[in-house]
Amino acid sequence: MNAAASYLPAGLPAPRPARDGLDAPYYEALLNGKLLIQRCTACRGWQWGAEWICHRCLSFDLDWAETEAAGRIFSWERVWHPVHPALEQHGPYLVVLVELPQADHVRLVGNLLGDPRQSVPLGGAVQGVFEHHPDGEPPYSLLQWQLTG
Amino acid sequence: MTTSAARERTLRGRAAIAGVGETRYYKRGAADDPEFVLALKAILAAAQDAGIDPREIDGFASYSNDRNDPSRLAAALGLPELRFASMQWGGGGGGGSAAVAAAAAAVATGMAQCVVVFRALAQGQFARFGQGPKLPGVSGEPAYTMPYGLMSPAQMFSMRCMRHLHETGISRDTYKAVSLAAYHHAQNNPRAVMHGRPLSPEAYDEARWIVEPHRLYDCCMENDGAAALIVVPAERVRDLPNTPVYLLGATTGSEHRAGAPCHNAPLYATACFTTLAPRLYEMAEVTPGDVDVLQSYENFTGGVVMSIIEHGFCTPEQANELLTFENLIAPAGLLPLNTSGGNLAECYMHGLELVIEAVRQIRGDSPNPVPGARVSMVTSGPMVTPASNAIFGAEEVL
Repeated sequence: MNAAASYLPAGLPAPRPARDGLDAPYYEALLNGKLLIQRCTACRGWQWGAEWICHRCLSFDLDWAETEAAGRIFSWERVWHPVHPALEQHGPYLVVLVELPQADHVRLVGNLLGDPRQSVPLGGAVQGVFEHHPDGEPPYSLLQWQLTG
Repeated sequence: MTTSAARERTLRGRAAIAGVGETRYYKRGAADDPEFVLALKAILAAAQDAGIDPREIDGFASYSNDRNDPSRLAAALGLPELRFASMQWGGGGGGGSAAVAAAAAAVATGMAQCVVVFRALAQGQFARFGQGPKLPGVSGEPAYTMPYGLMSPAQMFSMRCMRHLHETGISRDTYKAVSLAAYHHAQNNPRAVMHGRPLSPEAYDEARWIVEPHRLYDCCMENDGAAALIVVPAERVRDLPNTPVYLLGATTGSEHRAGAPCHNAPLYATACFTTLAPRLYEMAEVTPGDVDVLQSYENFTGGVVMSIIEHGFCTPEQANELLTFENLIAPAGLLPLNTSGGNLAECYMHGLELVIEAVRQIRGDSPNPVPGARVSMVTSGPMVTPASNAIFGAEEVL
């Protein structure tokens, strides 16, 4: 992958599955360009972040279900002050909190692609963009977002 | 449950703050002493202020994984006996009032007689709160946010504040008022790190963004120092030299699923006091209108605005009109706020300096006293879980 395909510069902490295996299916799916979210087999509720028990019905029978990587901007922030060496001299960047209405409004954190100085519409529709890092050790993928329409 | 039985299950009026103390407050990295020595010095200063022999201390309460272990402190201080050692889990500065509550519960129930609440912090000697971790990989909840550059407290909490501004239409001018009030109060406080460094409205506006919606002077400092309070049973404080300051109420906790990972807390755009505030007023048997002065933890000014609203001092609709510099300053503002300078301008002692200031307001020895203050509130740690809060009162409001 070339450097321009990555929203933020290299060197930030890479995501790794939890050692107890709790969220491994999520990360495996991202590598394949799919979004899997936890879904309770008993009550059919969606849940994120990953947990061992369904907070609605207390079933341990949680599964993973694919959902479209599309949602709405629930909140956002523009970061100016770098707190990591990889971000020194990088300039501002946008972090968005995206809710997925089709999956009980669970929320995911990602970056909003495009001009980091753009105005960000709360509630704006966004489409997921998979950002693959095949050279990671081990390889990993991030899920980024861009405004649609 | 009968009324009398219900009344017994309260902390109201059953414990008191006998003394308070702190080390000199330093800029981050400027402390001459190791962190453990800072803790010892603050504890001894509080004992001296209380007029007690430090060997009377028989318990410790702290929060946020304070590094200074109670057993080591008890051994170092030569205490005859250790009866109570309490650590409030999690929540960063949200544990400040909870530690006071734990100490008060211990002395109210006879588990201990003299508990010191303390916090020592030398960010120059250990990791800084304001920096992200330099790790090749992360897992668990950090893996959902850090690879996207969301890794510091300012970044975690600004996301909540931005949503709150959108939901309510509150202006950032309220943030500015909170910041200017803190710096204003610090100019009368020789203990304040920002004493002699006033902040003008222009300098506030021209300061760089840290994370929108927070500029530089919306953010707490990073400091070195230590602070402590001595908590004793109510009947004991009447024999001691200071004006008695009683705990009227204290609560800790958080809203439904406030700790849901990856910013999935259902209410989200709150300071996490919506469930605590009603319980606090119920225990303290006061209303917001009875509160003479407020110390409200400022990690970031947006959280202060939320805290003020959730504690019923104004509605979101009233915030733009009421949360002004003039209304937030001692002695005569409608709601004097953070009257020592607080985390923004006195010292980031993880909010324990705010608890001390709440006590000093009742005693009348605040650097910015509110005349006749009888009911004094402190809120600890907005936007964290668990958060906590407390109300102190003078003898006449018992």
